[in-house]
Amino acid sequence: MFKILKKEELSPNVYAMEIDAPRVAKKAEPGQFIVLRVNEEGERIPLTIANFDRETGRILIVFQVIGASTMELAALNEGDDILDFVGPLGRPSEIGKLDGTMVVVGGGIGVAPTFPIARAMKEAGNKVIAIMGAKTKDILIMEDEMKQVTDEIVVTTDDGSRGIKGFVTNAVQALVDRGEKIAQITAIGPVIMMKSVADATRNLGIKTVVSLNPIMVDGTGMCGGCRVTVGDETKFACVDGPEFDGHLVDFKGLMNRQRMYRDLEAEEKDHVCKIGLGRN
Amino acid sequence: MALSMKKHPMPVQDAKVRAHNFDEVALGYDEETAVAEAERCLHCKVPQCRKGCPVSVNIPEFIAKIKERDYDGAVAKIKESNSLPAVCGRVCPQENQCEKFCILGKKGESVGIGRLERFVADRALEKGEKVEKPEVAADAQSVAVIGSGPSGLACAGDLAKKGYKVTIFEALHKAGGVLSYGIPEFRLPKDRVVQKEIDNIKALGVKIELDSVAGRLYTVDELMNEEGFDAVFIGTGAGLPRFQNIPGESLNGVYSANEFLTRCNLMKAYKFPEYATPIKVGKRAAIIGGGNVAMDAARTALRLGAEHVSIVYRRSAAELPARAEEVEHAKEEGIDFQLLTNPVAIEDNGEGWVKSMRCIRMELGEPDASGRRRPVPIEGSEFDIDVDTVIVAIGTGPNPIIAHTTPGLETTKRGNIAADEETGATSKPGVFAGGDIVTGAATVILAMGAGRKAAAAIDDYLQKKKAQA
Repeated sequence: MFKILKKEELSPNVYAMEIDAPRVAKKAEPGQFIVLRVNEEGERIPLTIANFDRETGRILIVFQVIGASTMELAALNEGDDILDFVGPLGRPSEIGKLDGTMVVVGGGIGVAPTFPIARAMKEAGNKVIAIMGAKTKDILIMEDEMKQVTDEIVVTTDDGSRGIKGFVTNAVQALVDRGEKIAQITAIGPVIMMKSVADATRNLGIKTVVSLNPIMVDGTGMCGGCRVTVGDETKFACVDGPEFDGHLVDFKGLMNRQRMYRDLEAEEKDHVCKIGLGRN
Repeated sequence: MALSMKKHPMPVQDAKVRAHNFDEVALGYDEETAVAEAERCLHCKVPQCRKGCPVSVNIPEFIAKIKERDYDGAVAKIKESNSLPAVCGRVCPQENQCEKFCILGKKGESVGIGRLERFVADRALEKGEKVEKPEVAADAQSVAVIGSGPSGLACAGDLAKKGYKVTIFEALHKAGGVLSYGIPEFRLPKDRVVQKEIDNIKALGVKIELDSVAGRLYTVDELMNEEGFDAVFIGTGAGLPRFQNIPGESLNGVYSANEFLTRCNLMKAYKFPEYATPIKVGKRAAIIGGGNVAMDAARTALRLGAEHVSIVYRRSAAELPARAEEVEHAKEEGIDFQLLTNPVAIEDNGEGWVKSMRCIRMELGEPDASGRRRPVPIEGSEFDIDVDTVIVAIGTGPNPIIAHTTPGLETTKRGNIAADEETGATSKPGVFAGGDIVTGAATVILAMGAGRKAAAAIDDYLQKKKAQA
């Protein structure tokens, strides 16, 4: 059992939880993920690590309530336990000194997993700029935290309620236009956003890394449910990734696979709403 | 009394009924049938059956005990060489092992050795075995076992009996490895059999750490240098699913058998939405492959509500690698067998889902490296089968996590861990390995046998280490 030490609602339906998982925290690196299971009937939910503290043994996760399983997770409170919490999984981000600026792009809750990457790249001696995108200013998350680990943050909102009106790709273009020498972009967020960033940087020749969170069961290479085409090869996001070269990822195939259980997810949400959380 | 040339039939659930439930198919002998079946054993002077058993169970002696109605004695006899009899009685391919060599088989049917093994093992499990916890000295040496499948459980059990402190590290949230995530409930009941076998291992004092992905949480070196283990056994199995690399394998509706079975067995997707993990099985399913896993996937698809389920296998019936009983059961349940057939592409319905599978007919040519006749495509024989679900069951490869994170651990060209056949010793001192991670996908009994051999070798290694200290 893994205790929830802290819970915070960052924006409507978006929660941050600090989990007491010292063994995982000891080994976690930026870019890795965990798999959790709320209760005996629960799904295995993969979440990218938003922060880790080796001293206090805590792992921070940030998630949005989208289906029945995240609804059940959100219903837990400080002091409650999560049944299973496995990690760290996947390969860590490549961290090192770049020849130019490091840009992290986070869309929606995708901002959270860019945090440890930005911090590590900053500590490695890089100039780090964070682009943070949200639909509107009220759902922007972790702005203060991102400020602390970067040289500059650029906010974009779809409705223009904060920062640049538009998408994260507009902000990337603005950096390029002002002559910023970008060595690498790491983009994390909705698949469509990662695809847009990769499309925008392809012709600019900027190395673009994306972090994928496809459907998966075990997270250790066993099920192959998370397979994604990268270049000409089939890769498993859990053991070969979750980070891949954004210019090689087959985003169309990935978006298709994300839809696989959509109808069943609706049925499940309905079921959980009817019988109440906890399922039995 | 005239000797019956036929085995006593195994009582089974009716095929029409069982095709719609997940309860066990084979119901097991009752006492009188078991004793009568045991009476068929001729007690050959030179018993051939033992030669066919990968772990040389003393078959004639355990059968003799059944004749005497000494069932505890029979189980004890089996357990001298097989730590998981209730499992092996159900899943061993007896027709290629012990029963293949039974002298009765020459003129009629062999003794039902597997059925008798299951009978006594189940009886012991139901009665609740008394497991005596071995004495563990305060300064006993400790062993880390990676993976709680058949090889890991067997290795851990033997080491615990010898007085070592043993901890198993299991990546999933449930112990048992393939016994839990792979083999379906209708062939190997989880609560009644698998969990009890695991509880017996725990009762010996073995600690099982779930949710612990060795290689990530602790590397093998860290287990030995920081966590204080004196030896490590790696039994991580053949977990990585293979695909055929034909067009369309990423479409929705295509599963690896591992994913399909894991969703159903481990995550209990057959109880969705009471259990949260979903599974999709359409009206028509095709399973690619002819082994036990393919049969398990086909019969699971049927039980999940598919109306038509086909096995698509590129060789002929004679080469089907599955246990004869599984093939028979699958046929009785109405599974269609498309033999000498190979898929070449999976077609898209235009919306990203499987519409059909293009196949080609095959014929058997000259024998290949495996000694089986090589299937060769018949030109121009392509045809489509209508399916909305495709399950790929063409085998699995070794999981690379341990090999990638353990410097000095030699692997083979195929990515298996290189280990001595008799001792499981690897290229790294103090590190042993056994089961599918060494041999490639094989059987429960072979993995268990490898775990036990490694346990003996680890004992030897640790005694020498202690003497040197």
